[in-house]
Amino acid sequence: MPQIFAYIEHKGGAADDSAAELVAAAKKIDPAASPVAVVTGWGADFDALCNALTALYAEVWKVADASLAYPNAELVRKALAKVVPHDSILLIAHDHFGLDLAPGLAIKLDSTFVSDVVSIEGLDGGFLKVVRQEYGGQVSTHVRCDVSSGAVVNIRPGAFKPVESAPVNGKVIDKSSQVGALSAGRRYLETFVAESGDVDISKQAVLVSIGRGIQEKDNVAIAQELADAMGAAVSCSRPVVDAKWLDKSRQVGSSGQTVKPKVYMACGISGSFQHLAGLKGNPFIVAINKNPKAPIFQVADVGIVDDLLEFLPELTGKIRELK
Amino acid sequence: MTKQESSARPQFAVEERVAEESVRMFDGIPSPAQATYWSIPGPVLFSVIAVLGLACFAYIVARRLAPLLRGERDIRFDRPLVRLQRVFQYWLGQWKHPRFRFAGTMHILIFAGFLILAFQAFSLLIVGNSGDAVIARFSENAGRSYGILKDYAATIVFLCMVIAATRRIVFKPARYEVPSRYGKGHRADAIFLLALIATLMVSESLFEACKASMQAQHGLQAELLAVLSLPWLLKNALSTVSAATLWNTYRGAYLVDVLTFYFLLCYRPFGIQFHVETSLFNVYFAKLDRGTVKPVRWGVDLDHVKSFGVKTFLDFTWKHMLDFYSCADCGRCSDQCPANAVGRPLSPRFLTTKARDYSFRHYPVVGAVANGTPLIGSIYSEDEIWSCTTCGACEEECPLLIEYIDKIVDLRRGMVDDGNVPKSLQKPLKALESRGNPYGKMEKKRAEWTKLADFQKSCAVPVLDGRQSAESLYFVDSITSYDDRMQSIGRATARILNHVGANFGILGPAEKDSGHEVRRFGEETLFMALRDANVEAIEASGVQRIVTSDPHAFNALKHDYRDLPPVEHTSQLIAREVKAGKIRFNPVEDGDKIYTYHDPCYLGRHNQIYDDPRQVLDAIPGLKRVEMGRSRDRALCCGGGGLMLFYEPKEDQRIGVLRARMAADAGANVIVTACPFCMVNMEDAIKVAGSEGKLTAIDLTELVDQQIARESVSEVVAGEQVVVTRQEGAPV
Amino acid sequence: MEILVCVRRVPDTAENEIELNRAGNDIERDDIVYSVNEWDNYAVEEALQIVAKSGGNVTVVTVGGEDDEEVLRREMAMGANHGVLITDEAFNGSDGRGIATILKAYIQKNKYDLILTGVQAEDGGAQVGGMLASFLDYPFASLVNSIEVLDHNKLKISREIAGGSKEMNEIDLPCVLSIQTGINEPRYVGMRGIRQVASLEIPTYGASDLGLDPNSVGDAAAKVKRTDYFLPALGKGAEILQGSREEIIDSLIGLLKSKGGLK
Repeated sequence: MPQIFAYIEHKGGAADDSAAELVAAAKKIDPAASPVAVVTGWGADFDALCNALTALYAEVWKVADASLAYPNAELVRKALAKVVPHDSILLIAHDHFGLDLAPGLAIKLDSTFVSDVVSIEGLDGGFLKVVRQEYGGQVSTHVRCDVSSGAVVNIRPGAFKPVESAPVNGKVIDKSSQVGALSAGRRYLETFVAESGDVDISKQAVLVSIGRGIQEKDNVAIAQELADAMGAAVSCSRPVVDAKWLDKSRQVGSSGQTVKPKVYMACGISGSFQHLAGLKGNPFIVAINKNPKAPIFQVADVGIVDDLLEFLPELTGKIRELK
Repeated sequence: MTKQESSARPQFAVEERVAEESVRMFDGIPSPAQATYWSIPGPVLFSVIAVLGLACFAYIVARRLAPLLRGERDIRFDRPLVRLQRVFQYWLGQWKHPRFRFAGTMHILIFAGFLILAFQAFSLLIVGNSGDAVIARFSENAGRSYGILKDYAATIVFLCMVIAATRRIVFKPARYEVPSRYGKGHRADAIFLLALIATLMVSESLFEACKASMQAQHGLQAELLAVLSLPWLLKNALSTVSAATLWNTYRGAYLVDVLTFYFLLCYRPFGIQFHVETSLFNVYFAKLDRGTVKPVRWGVDLDHVKSFGVKTFLDFTWKHMLDFYSCADCGRCSDQCPANAVGRPLSPRFLTTKARDYSFRHYPVVGAVANGTPLIGSIYSEDEIWSCTTCGACEEECPLLIEYIDKIVDLRRGMVDDGNVPKSLQKPLKALESRGNPYGKMEKKRAEWTKLADFQKSCAVPVLDGRQSAESLYFVDSITSYDDRMQSIGRATARILNHVGANFGILGPAEKDSGHEVRRFGEETLFMALRDANVEAIEASGVQRIVTSDPHAFNALKHDYRDLPPVEHTSQLIAREVKAGKIRFNPVEDGDKIYTYHDPCYLGRHNQIYDDPRQVLDAIPGLKRVEMGRSRDRALCCGGGGLMLFYEPKEDQRIGVLRARMAADAGANVIVTACPFCMVNMEDAIKVAGSEGKLTAIDLTELVDQQIARESVSEVVAGEQVVVTRQEGAPV
Repeated sequence: MEILVCVRRVPDTAENEIELNRAGNDIERDDIVYSVNEWDNYAVEEALQIVAKSGGNVTVVTVGGEDDEEVLRREMAMGANHGVLITDEAFNGSDGRGIATILKAYIQKNKYDLILTGVQAEDGGAQVGGMLASFLDYPFASLVNSIEVLDHNKLKISREIAGGSKEMNEIDLPCVLSIQTGINEPRYVGMRGIRQVASLEIPTYGASDLGLDPNSVGDAAAKVKRTDYFLPALGKGAEILQGSREEIIDSLIGLLKSKGGLK
């Protein structure tokens, strides 16, 4: 059985949610596996993080270097190419960093690369069987990958639920010295944090979408609070934009944006043809509408016949409680 | 002074000594040809003025014509008799003017006044040289009647100048206002022109008054002046003036008159008053064919055209350039423009005046020609040009028959050619290219609307795919085929056609979008591809007539397509069948419903079908109908159809909302439309305006389908016995 | 600047209803409309804007067959100066690494300052760009949403990261960038433009032209293969949740969690 590694992303001393998810994914590949965490970074926060990871991983390979203080995928790739054994299976989250890092890393490790895996069936000889999606999630495919010479696998965030288990008593192994001097043709400069006004709903995975049922501009805040609690963004149908309660950039529809979220909360939206034309892929649609005959219920997965002005705040409250 | 015999020779206080023999008489008194102006003899001075004035004018007109000679070709010399008839109706008859009653009446008076005075004006000019009164050649009576007429004409024109100036200064009608983004106001210029014309009237009247006074003073038979006319009033005012003052006023008035005349002549081509000269030609050459769009280039094979559309000024046709010269800046077009009414960046009046100013700047009377600046991005913005719904209200109003839609389409063609298409329109255009409909839906689902379970049982709609053929084609077009709400219009239409026993079918998957808006949004090549595909399918189907419930498709099939069987709109068919007794109606059940009919632009204005839908509604017993304030050719566009539904304009509110309010103001609670796009816009507007429950919209076909008196037994359809039940009453 | 943009012809998700074919081994391709991958189109527009400012040429390349030529022509109608079709039976069935290997061979026979790909393809793995960069040993950046040419050696780029923030980087030329949608507003390509490029010449390259060993590419060399396609379970109309509001909220939260709707 090949050894399984997991690359851990982190920010401000805290590990990304994917850290626990990658453990779950590793277990799907090999239930008996004891994955090894690989982390790059620099500084006191980083050291503390590595220690904290020992609760999840039996071994935490720490790669500390000043040049890795900011996660520049070009530098991280060079570091990992030296540290990670070539015939292992390396799991990386399929996010903005993982996308940047993994494909090129697979080439450097001379391993097979598999992208955006949503489900793992298991290892069969030297072959890993996984499930991927195509066409914005409209179809799924079973994929068979030859991992006999190693693999780098990008795991879709949220696809693998962390498994509750007793904390592991892992140890930190310092691999920093193996890395040597790192330089790359790409240099990090700075980050511009997006203002909350600059939300691009077409890139959002979860949307809380409102229609005329929101009734007044002041009630838009109800949707924003739910969105904040869910880690989502607020979008809307045309009448809301026309009433100038939200900016045009929030409109979903044939004359608005096309969105491909995983989850779409349609609150007080009737479900007109023009609106639904902007909803692509195969999102999980939750419809909340006072009118049981609203067309949205034809296309939604789950429907709730209730007054959104009362339902949403209660939902928000409950979600917050659970956090 | 006593009256003397006409044979006696009167003495005149002339400045220079004049030999008695050489005194030429002008109705008994010297003409200005006898006067001397600062030591220059009258004839010399006036000859110089005339030559200079005419030469200047000729030169100015030649310079103004220069860009027209370099502009694109335009076919405007055909059907001369029709054109002449229109000159009589619209130019001489001022046909469109009364649409704005006050200003229109004034203009009719001014125009009539000018025509009447024209003869006088020309003869007066000659007087400075020859001294003979041209009028004397006419009979005494004719001369006298004309004299009275012209006196009143001058007076009325003068009064109109005063009223017009007052209007401008005190009342400031909204449509004359110039929003700051278009530059400074036009009021000062307008007042200047009004003052000049008034001056002309006064100087001429003063001249007449002086002449009559001098005749009276010398005991001659004075020319009869019309009572209470300006010359009459001035003559009375001058009655106590000395002979010398009179003589000086007389020749002074003449000089002012001549100078003002020639100044105006040469000044007019520099501004809106050029329409005085160009209006006759503009009306003669005006577009004859409503609802059509000009080809990319007249008489040129598209393969040989390097650049499509209008990008620089010389890409306009000469007639379009003439339009720019002919605009009188009256603002009637913008007053009725729906885009302008909701704050979109489009105002037709300024489309024209900006182009005119551009042409004056770049093709000046004096100075070098400056060629080739792109218009979009300099005088026009992209949104300005995309904002137009092509409703035709501007063209309907313009008294000079200035055309707008063709220019907008040409400007759009230029932008499309450069790849400059707003993102919101790229999606539907691409879908039209690959799927033949703007929604990107699959071709094979185009006839799905006929397969709704209950409907299909009662009303079979054959697809004319070669195996089946029929006498009539129901051309459904994209929105009625694919939009769930509009599909009910399709079904209602099918049931109506069934009811009247029509042998019809649809093209189904072989039908492509009619391409009506594709063409009007400037994608000519894609339009031609859609058209060719449709024509092929229609010819293959072997139908002999076409009916459609979509006015945009109707207009396209009628005007953009060629060599098709006759096309009609469902409202025409229904009206005919009602008259023939084949359609009878059940009375309206809900007595609280008050209906109003909204004229779709492509049924109403562009094709002048106003009465058929109204006759249909009025044939329904118990249907209470009111007319909106703006109806028929004054109807306000719903906001636009086809690709316009995808465009994201910058506007203060939606055009449809304005229209919904008009319906409510008229006292209606049901808006009846005859166009699926009007339906989309009206239903949206009702939601946005918060009028749900107070106002609803229904399509004519849905209403007819709902109210048709059907015998409950079977109706025979194409040889099959089908039980027609009252089904799917459209939502009211 | 010589820019190469790698493009791909894919089924258009906006204009198709993606369904499975009867055999379950592919999507139903009858009646499918293809177009250029949306991300690649943004990349071509970006390349055109760069050369408009800094001079140079844009070449578009695709690995495929005859059918794929149409996307090259479309991008040439948009303004690309050259189109290149890399085609060979031996290339069929290549996985992402195979495609990258093929493109690498082509690139090494030419001189390009900048290579652009789209972030991902509708049916792809967001991988070719990164792999290509590694093969060529060029610096790489993904999710690029703005490019500024600093000089003939360097670019300043921004990457789209979590929450819509922008990560600014400096990158040396030659490099590979994968382009994110929204970086620009691609110009419209009208039907007229497409007709005008219909007869332009598009050179082709095969395995031997590129000096590629057929065993290193194609189906035989692929390590990642789809075995079948299937549809995730679909419901018929909404399942209306029943019970008290509290109960409904609880059910809903459970469902949201399982669908990834809650962070």
